[in-house]
Order: sequence, then C-alpha cells, then structure tokens
Amino acid sequence: MESRFILETKCKRGYKYIEIASEGISGNFNLFKAGKVEEQRLSSRKTKFRTEGLSAWFGSHQALNNISMKILKNEVNAIIGPSGCGKSTFIRCLNRMHEVVPGARVYGHVYLDEKDLYEDGIDPVLLRRRVGMVFQKPNPFPSMNIRENVLSGLKLTHRLKKDEADEIVESALQQAALWDEVKERLNKPGTSLSGGQQQRLCIARSLAVNPEVLLMDEPCSALDPVATVRIEDLLHKLKEQYTIVIVTHSMSQAARVSDQTAFLLMGELIEVEQTNNLFTHPRDKRTEDYITGKFG
Amino acid sequence: MMDNTHKQSISIERIPLEEASRGIRLFKEGLIKYLLVFCSLVSIFTTVGIILVLAFETIEFFKVVPLREFLLDTEWTPLFYEKHFGIWPLLLGTVLTSAIAIVVALPFGIFAAIYLSEFASERVRKIVKPALELLAGVPTVIYGYFALLIVTPFLQNVIPNLSGFNSISPGIVMGIMIIPLISSLSEDAIYAVPQGLREGAYALGGRKLPTIFRVVIPTASSGIVAAVTLAISRALGETMIVTIAAGQQPRFTLDPRVPIETMTAFIVQVGLGDAPTGTLEYKTLFVVGSMLFLMTFVMNMWSQRLKGRFQQEI
Ligand SMILES: Nc1ncnc2c1ncn2[C@@H]1O[C@H](COP(=O)(O)OP(=O)(O)OP(=O)(O)O)[C@@H](O)[C@H]1O
Ligand SMILES: [Mg+2]
Repeated sequence: MESRFILETKCKRGYKYIEIASEGISGNFNLFKAGKVEEQRLSSRKTKFRTEGLSAWFGSHQALNNISMKILKNEVNAIIGPSGCGKSTFIRCLNRMHEVVPGARVYGHVYLDEKDLYEDGIDPVLLRRRVGMVFQKPNPFPSMNIRENVLSGLKLTHRLKKDEADEIVESALQQAALWDEVKERLNKPGTSLSGGQQQRLCIARSLAVNPEVLLMDEPCSALDPVATVRIEDLLHKLKEQYTIVIVTHSMSQAARVSDQTAFLLMGELIEVEQTNNLFTHPRDKRTEDYITGKFG
Repeated sequence: MMDNTHKQSISIERIPLEEASRGIRLFKEGLIKYLLVFCSLVSIFTTVGIILVLAFETIEFFKVVPLREFLLDTEWTPLFYEKHFGIWPLLLGTVLTSAIAIVVALPFGIFAAIYLSEFASERVRKIVKPALELLAGVPTVIYGYFALLIVTPFLQNVIPNLSGFNSISPGIVMGIMIIPLISSLSEDAIYAVPQGLREGAYALGGRKLPTIFRVVIPTASSGIVAAVTLAISRALGETMIVTIAAGQQPRFTLDPRVPIETMTAFIVQVGLGDAPTGTLEYKTLFVVGSMLFLMTFVMNMWSQRLKGRFQQEI
C-alpha cells in the first residue's frame, strides 16, 4: 500500500506513469506516515545474493557481461528485459544451473550470504538444496503422483523421514495455495493437473525441501490471468519466509509483485532500482524506452 | 524491433484464385492414393492369409489329437512310431532359451542405454550406437555356429556335464544378439525424456544417479518395457541359433545343460524332413506355428501398447 501511495504522488508530480496496481489508490491516508514506513523498510534491507563482475558464456557466445548487483533478502526481486537479454542465464548462475548446459562457462563472483559460490570446494548440488528453482514450463515428474512430486526433492536427496511425509506434503501444498484443490486426489499423477496447478505443484515441490531462495523463471508465462493472479498473491506471502527472484517478461507483473527490479539488455545490467522508482523515473534512457514500449 | 513498413522490393506475381490444372492434380492424387492403399492391402492380406492357413490346419490337427493330450501330455514325439503330442517339451525349450537370453541381454542392454544417453558424450554416442546396432545385423546362422563351436566348448570347461547341445549356450548367444534391440530402443526412450525433467531434479538438489534412477528411468519405463517385450518376442521366434546349437530333442525339462528342442527348431526339423502334405506330422507344423505366432503376437501387441502409453506420457 505504502509504495503504491508514493508512486501515485510522484505521478501527480508529473513523472511518467506506468500502471502499477490494478486497483486505484484507496483511502486518503497520510503521506508522511507512509513515507516513514517505507523509509524504515528500506533501511532494514539485507542482501541475500551479491554478484560481482558476473559474466556467462554458451560456448563462444557471451550471454552475460560483467553484472554486479544485489538480490535483497525477503523481497521479491524482478528481472526484466527483452527476450534473449540473459535473464534466464542470470538466475541460472545464482544456483549454478548454468553449468549443467554443455559448453557453458561463468566468470566472476556470486556471493550468497557473503560466501562465494564459484569458489573451489563449493558443491553446486548442495547449493541447489538451499536455492530452489521454478521453471518457465511447469515440469512435474510424470512418473509420480501429486504427493510423490511434492516429496520428490527429499527423496532425491535421501532426506525424507517417513513419519513427517504427510505433514510436509500438506504444508508445502498449503504454502503453494494448492492444498484445497488437490487434497482429495493426492494419488493422481502430477501431470493430470491444469497448467496453473502444475506450476503451483512445482512451487510446492521446491518449498518442500525448505530452501532460502526461490528462483522463478517466467513462472506465469504458460498460465492464464486467473492462475497468474494466484501465483502473484502467493509471492506476496512467500517473501516473508523466502527471498524471491522472478524473471518476467511482463512489466506490469514486475511492477505488481516486486520490490526491486533489474533491467537487463543484451547481457548487460542497465539499471537496478526500487521497483516504483524504476518505473516512474528510470535513470537510463534505454530503461525508459523499454518500459514505455518503444522497443522489445 | 524491426520496422516492417518499407515496401517489398521484389515484384511477385499475383496468385489467381482458379486452379489451372485441377483435373491433372486430382488424377495424380488419386493414383498415388490407390497405390498406397494397394501396398498396405498386400501386407494385410498376406498376414490374414497366414493366419487363416494356420487356423485351418490347427483345427484339422485338433480333430485327430484331443486338446487335452496336447496340453497335458509331457512328451512330444510326433515323428516316432509311438506318437505323443504334448506341447510342453517344445514350450519349455522355447521359454528356457528365451529366458536365458533375456537374463543376459537385460542388464547389458539397459546399462548400455543408460550409459549412452546419460553419460556418453555426443561423439561417443554417435559412434557406439550404430556399432551396437551392427550386432543385430550379423546373420543368425553365424551366431548359431558361434554358439555351437566356440561358446559351448568354452562353457564345457566351466560347467561339468554340459552336453554338446544344450540350451545355455544358444541362450547366451541369443542374448548377445538382442542386446542392441534392447539398448537401442531403451536409449531412444531415455533420450526422449525432456531435459526439463532432469533440470527439475537437479534444481531440487538431486545428484546425477538419483536423478537417473528416480526420475529419468521411471519416466522412460514404459518405453523401456516396450523394448524388452519386443526383444522377448524376437527371442521366442529366433530359429537358427537354437536349431544349430540346442539339439533337436524335445525334452520336458528346465535343465539348461541338456539338449532340448524349441518350437522353431521343431518346425525346421519337420520342414526339412519329408512329411507328406496332409499327414498328421505335416499338421503338427502348423499347430506349433500357431502357438508361436500367438505368443509373439501377444508380445508385440503389448509392446505396441506400452510404446503408445510412453509417447502419451511424454
Ligand atoms: N543452451 C544455449 N546454448 C547456446 N546459447 C544459448 C543457450 N541458451 C541461451 N542462449 C543464448 O544466450 C542468450 C541469453 O539467453 P537467455 O535464455 O538467458 O535469455 P532470456 O532473457 O531468458 O530470454 P527469454 O525471455 O526469451 O527467455 C541468448 O542470446 C540466447 O540465444
Ligand atoms: Mg528465459
């Protein structure tokens, strides 16, 4: 609410207006108070990830060039940019999934809680147990039912305690706002769900291993508006417990759900800002062109 | 974004809406269609013809030999003076050699498939896979003599009381022959598992082996079972190797060391001899043929169904 209010006032002061929230501003609350709360929140921000001079290649093709930015803890961090600019590559560097692709290379540093992830001796597999990932295309495991899908991460890593299984299944599905829809049919195949449900199942699957970070690569691009809203609502709740990085090609989605937004263009970081600042007064001309739809 | 407002510089003829040579096109299309229908009918009629002949002679056979004897007698001696028509010796011979073949081929075939699709580099895969498939192209008569002249003498050093004709040696060699069938088709199934599923497992912190065994293989399982079923059917119908190396003595046994006879080998034996048309000996050929056909047919159908299910799941 606070941030929306600030945005609205800035708009009135003549900044470029990007629609941030579908509903308008409600109530006539106190500008001073709102600003104060926002200020406090800003000052208490903590860094979860920090990249330093991060570059990434596919063979000889450079997909990321010298990116240094922070991912903020317990916030929704959005990555936007035109197709092919390296958004997916960027978040895949955060859980070291980039190197799964044959011929892929990374140069530079990524710090998670100030620990360098690309240092010798870091096991990417163990890292991925702390940094979960949800993909663009929902990918529930076809050979498993809903329940097994939720538990799949724990089974794959041999950490499942049988007596806790039911509890984990329920709480993960609750968190992913899917429990009520599937509780009667936990033994049905995961692929029998609708696209939006499958995506929430994948979110539940990621949450079940209890990560600190959730990386989401265009999680709503295969979904209809209703399913999209459900997932966006989910993000608001999840950020209390998790740090969220979301790649999106929808600027209105970035504006709706995120606290910080980074704009990438052709593998370079153009601008990273407080979301409402980035959309209301972008500092870079290219950001402005992009968010006003002049290209992309 | 590109602006596509600029005019097209090449002038392209406008397409008329009436087709100029409609008659010729229809004629050509019709001709090709009937040619295709004819070709598929030929194979369908052949199959139906075979089934009819088999069925006819089988019915004739059962007019003379009661079904009870066929199913309950433990001896098969249609060519002797004292005739017995129990199918079990031939059935056991066939099942035994095929079982040995599958026991040999299954682990090798599946592990080769896993290695090729999950571990081998693209270059190794491109070389090894066709090389393996070459194994399936070796004429079976060569496999047969390989079993008789090389594998059996070798095994005789290891296994005491192994007779010169036996079921273990042709079973093993048949297993080697069907390895490529299993590995190649299973590899196709494993390779077809979407990369997104593997990445999904990696993103949960799964290591490579758990990912393969808990996600990839189960996803490919119906495809793998289809491959194995097809291989079994191939083993059941395999003729040359068992005719050469297993002996021609129908025997009610599951002992892999002694000579036996499979259904296929029996058919060869009668076919090569001079059983006059219309005699009972002649008809046994078709009874055994029907049995064999039924078994492999069921296997193939099952394999097809599994394959269909696999394609649906993926
Ligand atoms: N597997 C790959 N092999 C080679 N090049 C790749 C591969 N994946 C991506 N690239 C290239 O790397 C660059 C960045 O790709 P990336 O997938 O990160 O873009 P993106 O911003 O996520 O785009 P989109 O919005 O379309 O998903 C692109 O130029 C792309 O062509
Ligand atoms: Mg992408």
